[in-house]
Amino acid sequence: MISFRRSLSALLFSLLAGSALADATLLNASYDVARDVYKDYNPLFQKYWKAKTGESLELKQSHGGSSKQVRAVADGLEADVVTMNQANDVEFLAEKGLVAKDWTKKFPNNASPYTSAMVFIVRKGNPKGLKDWGDLAAPGVQVIVPHPKNTGNGRNTYLSAWAWALKQPGGNDQKAQEFVGKLLKNAPLFAAGGRDATTTFMQRQLGDVLVTFESEAEMIAKEFGKGNFEVVYPSLTLQTEFPVAVVEKVVDKKGTRAQATAYLEYLWSREGQENAAQNYLRPRDPDLLKKYAAFFPPVKTFTVDEVFGGANKAFVTHFKDGGSFDRIYVQK
Amino acid sequence: MKSTRATQEPAWVRYTLLGLGLGFLFFFLGLPLVAVFVEAFAQGWPAYAEALKEPETASAIWLTVVIALAVLPFNIAFGVAAAWAIAKFDFRGKSLLITLIDLPFAVSPVVAGLIFILLFGSQGWFGGWLSANEIKIIFAVPGMILATLFITFPFIARELIPLMQAQGKDEEEAAVSLGATGWQMFRRVTLPNIKWGLLYGVILSNARAMGEFGAVSVVSGHIRGETNTLPLHVEILYNEYNAVGAFAAASILALLALVTLVAKTVVEWRMRKETEMLTADLPAEKTS
Amino acid sequence: MAAKTQRVLPGFGLALGYTLVYLSLLILLPLGGMILKTADLGFAQILDIALGERSLAAFRVTFGASLLAAGINAFFGLIVAWILVRYPFPGKRFVDALVDLPFALPTAVAGITLATLYAGNGWLGSHLEPLGLKVAYTPLGIVVALTFVTLPFVVRTLQPVIEDIETEVEEAAASLGASRWQTFARVIFPALFPALLTGFALAFARALGEFGSVIFIAGNLPLISEIVPLLIISKLEQYDVLGATALAVVMLALSFILLLAVNALQWWTANRHKNAEPLEAAAGRAAGGQS
Repeated sequence: MISFRRSLSALLFSLLAGSALADATLLNASYDVARDVYKDYNPLFQKYWKAKTGESLELKQSHGGSSKQVRAVADGLEADVVTMNQANDVEFLAEKGLVAKDWTKKFPNNASPYTSAMVFIVRKGNPKGLKDWGDLAAPGVQVIVPHPKNTGNGRNTYLSAWAWALKQPGGNDQKAQEFVGKLLKNAPLFAAGGRDATTTFMQRQLGDVLVTFESEAEMIAKEFGKGNFEVVYPSLTLQTEFPVAVVEKVVDKKGTRAQATAYLEYLWSREGQENAAQNYLRPRDPDLLKKYAAFFPPVKTFTVDEVFGGANKAFVTHFKDGGSFDRIYVQK
Repeated sequence: MKSTRATQEPAWVRYTLLGLGLGFLFFFLGLPLVAVFVEAFAQGWPAYAEALKEPETASAIWLTVVIALAVLPFNIAFGVAAAWAIAKFDFRGKSLLITLIDLPFAVSPVVAGLIFILLFGSQGWFGGWLSANEIKIIFAVPGMILATLFITFPFIARELIPLMQAQGKDEEEAAVSLGATGWQMFRRVTLPNIKWGLLYGVILSNARAMGEFGAVSVVSGHIRGETNTLPLHVEILYNEYNAVGAFAAASILALLALVTLVAKTVVEWRMRKETEMLTADLPAEKTS
Repeated sequence: MAAKTQRVLPGFGLALGYTLVYLSLLILLPLGGMILKTADLGFAQILDIALGERSLAAFRVTFGASLLAAGINAFFGLIVAWILVRYPFPGKRFVDALVDLPFALPTAVAGITLATLYAGNGWLGSHLEPLGLKVAYTPLGIVVALTFVTLPFVVRTLQPVIEDIETEVEEAAASLGASRWQTFARVIFPALFPALLTGFALAFARALGEFGSVIFIAGNLPLISEIVPLLIISKLEQYDVLGATALAVVMLALSFILLLAVNALQWWTANRHKNAEPLEAAAGRAAGGQS
């Protein structure tokens, strides 16, 4: 009840006077399922920053679809930092001059503090024996994926399958496109988003396999029970990155560069990395990866940079209008 | 309410129509409503109550109500003015004007949000001036109110036009010829005639204002506890695998619709009483 | 004559002026800005975007499903409005209130709920699919979602008009020897027709733009179950704001033409009905005199 009242008065304050309660305020514009990660991370950083500088920070969160969020930032949403799940989204901000051109070098690990991998969720006992990408394109298998062109989840699935086909003996781009086309023919629908795909697969019991982030598997267990599905790691899959960047224009205007930079740097600290691991995201810290090995079995991964020459290039080749996805459907 | 054979359909027609109409409503409204509540209570009452106690849900409810209240006076003023001009006077281009009033319905909500970004976003036409003067419209409450105004624009006008047309202009003309000023005529004659129809329009546009997602989503910025309305909050909860929370919040919106139901029932009941009184008075007035 | 009434009743200038200013500021200026912005692209490129194979398919699906949904609502909406006004039945008030639900429920919730109901293992889908009727994730699903979202329009525009019809007219018609069906076809339906058209037009317009509920039940397969608003979103996902507004402008132009046609037709039938009124009124008076 107290928190209810506090939130009401906080809202009233922010409506009337803007936030003047803390020494400084940071806004983190993030992707839609990142709430749990940052809900736990923000208090950690607040404590750390208070101990270090004596300054109390107010941390605000904004969550939405990744591309939608960066468009909002480009159109004037005053976010100090962006924490996304698609590199081409941050690249878009770099093109607009809001984020440093060399943003991938501003922080370690390609500016991605944690990673995940694309995995298969199959029905209990894996009745169709689905082990690898090739099985997903077999006749009679139904694959549930979010829209491959419009959603990050779907794009990652698409690129994973493409890269796998490319790495098969005698694989080339044409064969990869044929393979992905065959796989997509097995999709009875394209879900609206990652969450919608899960609901379709788990609740509506449609399809034989759901392709999604490794981290989602634990969320699915939380909602639908662990015993109802199995996780299958394919022989090769995409290591998905979660790039972060300081929004230069905003921190310069607000004078929050030090706080914003520290906020992102702290993601690589022991506490920040452990928080990621506890939210089922693969930490960069090798010790922690070992400590949480139960969550993160070894899997052979590739990055978009390695196979597709960068997120932007992959995006233009495959998902822009007239890209490979469109060619699969419109042959002319 | 005696019904003669002449104004009633044969029994089999009545039952067929009742069956068709109620069956249609059952499948298209009843079942979805039940399904929303079943999901909301999937883990029992405590989980439902817990979901609604969350401070961010509370602030989302609050903001939703604030926005709905903020658009109200604008919609009423426009609805009454437009209906007055269209229903009581003849002028050329009336069909065109009505079509323009309908237009916001045909604009995809996402596009409705987008056009305000094109105007007021930092890359938009007025963006530079706004940020130079530290005025925030987009990604703040004013932008959300604007988007809601756009979405709910036609409702009250569309509700009042047929009503005022049916009522004609005799009563107002009589008032004016008896020497009433414009304001007196409006307050004493027009407003009492349309007030319940007006309320009906308010209720409809209110429901739409509280339930709108697409347009508001584009201009909100999704800052938690600050610019999240209830429909936006529902989406976030759902994406976080908090189905109970999402449907609990959605059930609140369904309940808000039911609150407007109570209001409407009261309104209609009083409306009926009033017309009954009026028709009782009318013969006496005519003879005098 | 028009000029005369304008002089009798005050406020025409003020009301119309305010209407036009407010309409211009809130609707026309922003929409005009969008159209101007799209003009940067040039006519040829706009046509190119609108006439691509996927766009054309999406236009077909969107307009087809919207027409069907508005048609379903016109038919059932007429019945629902009729029984809500004329027939007593238990729980009528609750049913009446339920009609507004589609407005208050966020469209995404509606889409998710309908998809769950109509999926193969849902309450409805589990009965329909054995009959060979697949609804969720087919174009039929789009029609269902649009029918739900636009349901209030026809009912709510018809209700007050049905309440307005005086039973005397019907009695008169009956006393003149008309069967109930003839009375409906010649007296009642013509009186309802303008409002029915209005409701149909509003439902149709709203269906064209609807996105939030449809994506959850449509299946979103290119060339089969993609709607135009989805293509607009797809352009936005590519940061292609211009392309998105181009599609939006084409959509807007088409809806404008259709709405204008329906409103003109509505106005025309309303006037024709007005001219026919004295006859009915005479019949009504005659009936009144007899009783």
